[in-house]
Amino acid sequence: MSVVAESTLDAKVPSGPIEEKWEKHRFEMKLVAPNNKRKFDVIVVGTGLAGASAAASLAELGYNVTSLCIQDSPRRAHSIAAQGGINAAKNYPNDGDSVMRLFYDTVKGGDYRSREANVYRLAQVSGSIIDQCVAQGVPFAREYGGLLANRTFGGAQVSRTFYARGQTGQQLLLGAYGSLMRQVEHGKVKMFPRREMLDVVVVDGVARGVVARNLVTGEIESYAAHAVLLCTGGYGNVYYLSTNAKGCNVTAAWRAYKRGAYFANPCYTQIHPTCIPVSGDYQSKLTLMSESLRNDGRVWVSKAADETRRPRDIPEEDRDYYLERRYPAFGNMVPRDVASRAAKERCDAGYGVGTTGKAVYLDFKDAIARDGEDVIRQKYGNLFHMYQKITAEDPYHVPMRIYPAVHYTMGGLWVDYNLESTIPGLFVLGEANFSDHGANRLGASALMQGLADGYFVAPYTVGNHLASVKLPRVTTHHPAFQEAVVDARNRTEKILGVNGDRSVDSIHRQLGHIMWNYCGMSRSAEGLKDAMEQIRSLREEFWQRVKVLGTGEALNQNLEYAGRLADFLEFGELLATDALERNESCGGHFREEYQTAENEAKRDDENYCHVAAWQYNGEDAAPTRHIEPLTFETVKLTQRSYK
Amino acid sequence: MSELNLTLKVWRQAAHDAEGEFKTYRLNGVSTEMSFLEMLDVLNEQLIAENEEPVAFDHDCREGICGMCSLMINGQAHGPDNETTTCQLHMRRFRDGDTIVIEPWRARAFPVVRDLVVDRSALDRVIAAGGYVSVNCGSAQDANALPVPKQDADKAMDAAACIGCGACVAACKNASAMLFVGAKVSQMALLPQGKPERTARVLNMVARMDAEGFGACTNTAECEAACPAAISLSNIARLNREYFKAVLTSPR
Ligand SMILES: Cc1cc2nc3c(=O)[nH]c(=O)nc-3n(C[C@H](O)[C@H](O)[C@H](O)COP(=O)(O)OP(=O)(O)OC[C@H]3O[C@@H](n4cnc5c(N)ncnc54)[C@H](O)[C@@H]3O)c2cc1C
Ligand code: FES
Repeated sequence: MSVVAESTLDAKVPSGPIEEKWEKHRFEMKLVAPNNKRKFDVIVVGTGLAGASAAASLAELGYNVTSLCIQDSPRRAHSIAAQGGINAAKNYPNDGDSVMRLFYDTVKGGDYRSREANVYRLAQVSGSIIDQCVAQGVPFAREYGGLLANRTFGGAQVSRTFYARGQTGQQLLLGAYGSLMRQVEHGKVKMFPRREMLDVVVVDGVARGVVARNLVTGEIESYAAHAVLLCTGGYGNVYYLSTNAKGCNVTAAWRAYKRGAYFANPCYTQIHPTCIPVSGDYQSKLTLMSESLRNDGRVWVSKAADETRRPRDIPEEDRDYYLERRYPAFGNMVPRDVASRAAKERCDAGYGVGTTGKAVYLDFKDAIARDGEDVIRQKYGNLFHMYQKITAEDPYHVPMRIYPAVHYTMGGLWVDYNLESTIPGLFVLGEANFSDHGANRLGASALMQGLADGYFVAPYTVGNHLASVKLPRVTTHHPAFQEAVVDARNRTEKILGVNGDRSVDSIHRQLGHIMWNYCGMSRSAEGLKDAMEQIRSLREEFWQRVKVLGTGEALNQNLEYAGRLADFLEFGELLATDALERNESCGGHFREEYQTAENEAKRDDENYCHVAAWQYNGEDAAPTRHIEPLTFETVKLTQRSYK
Repeated sequence: MSELNLTLKVWRQAAHDAEGEFKTYRLNGVSTEMSFLEMLDVLNEQLIAENEEPVAFDHDCREGICGMCSLMINGQAHGPDNETTTCQLHMRRFRDGDTIVIEPWRARAFPVVRDLVVDRSALDRVIAAGGYVSVNCGSAQDANALPVPKQDADKAMDAAACIGCGACVAACKNASAMLFVGAKVSQMALLPQGKPERTARVLNMVARMDAEGFGACTNTAECEAACPAAISLSNIARLNREYFKAVLTSPR
């Protein structure tokens, strides 16, 4: 099981009124003089929104940056797939938005499980992100007058989401990638694509480098620096089927965990309500249909459980617009966790649609009648196109069928206010940290957080670390590097040496089933214990039966995959442990034992108003559960309501 | 839903400097609901079971946006469907009994790494030569201080939609990257933010494109036909205009 720690974690939140904390902290942080910056080397792992923005900004300041990513180009990081938009408290539509409101919505949306000071800072810098992106030439949607357009996302009653058609992540990432490549051209960033980080190297208690596998040659390479930034994304693929890209993994974060970085709230996973449903056993991933569609689409099922009519033949009076019925104030725009559970509830009760009964309708009939097909095409054309490609159905005429799917992970490596982990000098940005989203992330806030971390927070806080900690010269000849290289090499050889009879993919699918069934949209103590048992035995099976052909000295995609799966097989157990220890329901973490009479999540603020951060104690020892108490000084702790 | 029995001719090449060859595989019971890459996953499972190393191919998002997947499918970049990446191509497009030939992108600037995987880093180097606005973080003015006519913003977005997959290069008999470069140059030329560096950008990007070994454009438009992101040929025309204007006005 787990060990409970006596002490609590210090998040180093500056004192003073919430509005002034960041300003005050920026003044108090130490600076590196302009011509000393070139004496410092920084490694940035990952080139998504968080990594690309951090690497570019640090290089612009004058630091020497080394950047690594798994894909063949930094532009292909998973951020590229984000569709719907990015939030910012610009209040351009004059509909009552403000820094305070964005902050409030985010804290409430996260079901009061995030750190107030971080969320406030996020809201404060949100406007600058849009300024920066526009200056880079990001082609955001505009109104006829030439000014920027906005739309609404779930969990908000104002329009504060900026977007570039259904390709917002792509455009923001290409903006950051452009800035990154500019620094590559200037020689300030050394770019290493097709590299997988396999370990963090800690010297005298401080992060001083990484080792990575060159995915083309198989060589284990060492990189030394004065600080390391992990911007390696989320771990949704522990569920096998998710909306994440196939390469998304927990490996970098997991190896850091094993070197002493605490892992916070691993059980907080986001199940997105609007994805294309599973259609067969061969399926390799699930495709998101952006939340923005809920602006114009209405979610419904039939009022009759044994419905056999085609959707268009079902008259209005026989339809149950269950979100509008249950949540009249927010309707179809309730937050994701609420919408997902409501869909599951209808399907479990036998009202699901389609051949599997695991789907609900998302219907654009009324919006098309109101605005015309052209307007809808303008807004969502590429999403409709994608839907049609996959399902061979035309959503302009037949309602979409959608079902919830794993999408985002609020948990991640624990960081303090400076985004520094429990290993000094190891900073964690973007989806990889345990983030500002508490137990549930609001739509369009991940892009905001990734870019806030990379453009506007890390460039200051990393400088403070470099200026205030004594960092003696360390090269890759240091024994700590040698040791990490040997470890990485042994691991590769161990995987290749099993020579069993089960493919990596088949084991991953099995893990995915366990995770989805017991650690998915609803969880129970009994199920979680069962899951932990099953994960342990599947892990043993992996090490006895996995079959990886070929060698470690060449491009070997199956070997890469096996390494990531091995980490998921360890991590999955920690996720279940965390879920079991959190005896309450909050946001995306729904424990069947803890619900209100109306089946809403029931928090336990008395006992669980804290972050749980797990410390690794070795292969066979139970991890220690540390806590960071959460205090709410600005937002009042209340039961979340979207009615 | 129905099932297909297929013959696959797949390019196998152990390493960059190894000799490559086509190998023929039979694959039965392929569901028409599968994507093309899921079909390859099934092939790989079959190969692993038979103790043959799986086929290496690049992919990541599997939803048509990251530009990681590639493949010449029966001689067509990303296969037979318009505006569709390989990962979005579905097996319902094929018939029972079909033979499908699968090859990597072929271009001088894209050396084969292994099997169907090629090295496209030349495209990154072309972007590094100037495919951006030189603006440091922190120095931006308020986003709405610079209105952009909606038509220009929309056209810029059309060009910016390029996913950088390299299909245009693979489809072109000269292995030209003009559509790729034209898309980025157009995006920046259409926006006021791109104006200050307009001249240097186009000259530097074109010079880098040539240095990387991409061929010349002879206007056969195969690139446009192959592009999964619907990047239009008009971007090449704009690139040419930008280029000639730059040559005439730049003080060499
Ligand atoms: C389909 C989809 C749509 C979304 N839409 C939205 C939206 O509209 N709005 C919104 O706000 N959010 C959205 N999100 C969430 C958002 O896209 C992500 O949370 C965010 O982009 C993560 O950015 P990141 O920089 O933290 O990580 P990523 O973009 O995932 O980048 C991770 C990087 O780390 C590298 N990496 C990983 N492991 C290693 C390793 N071991 N070694 C070396 N490199 C490594 C990868 O190569 C990559 O470069 C969406 C997510 C999905 C899946
Ligand atoms: S895998 Fe991303 S575009 Fe095909």
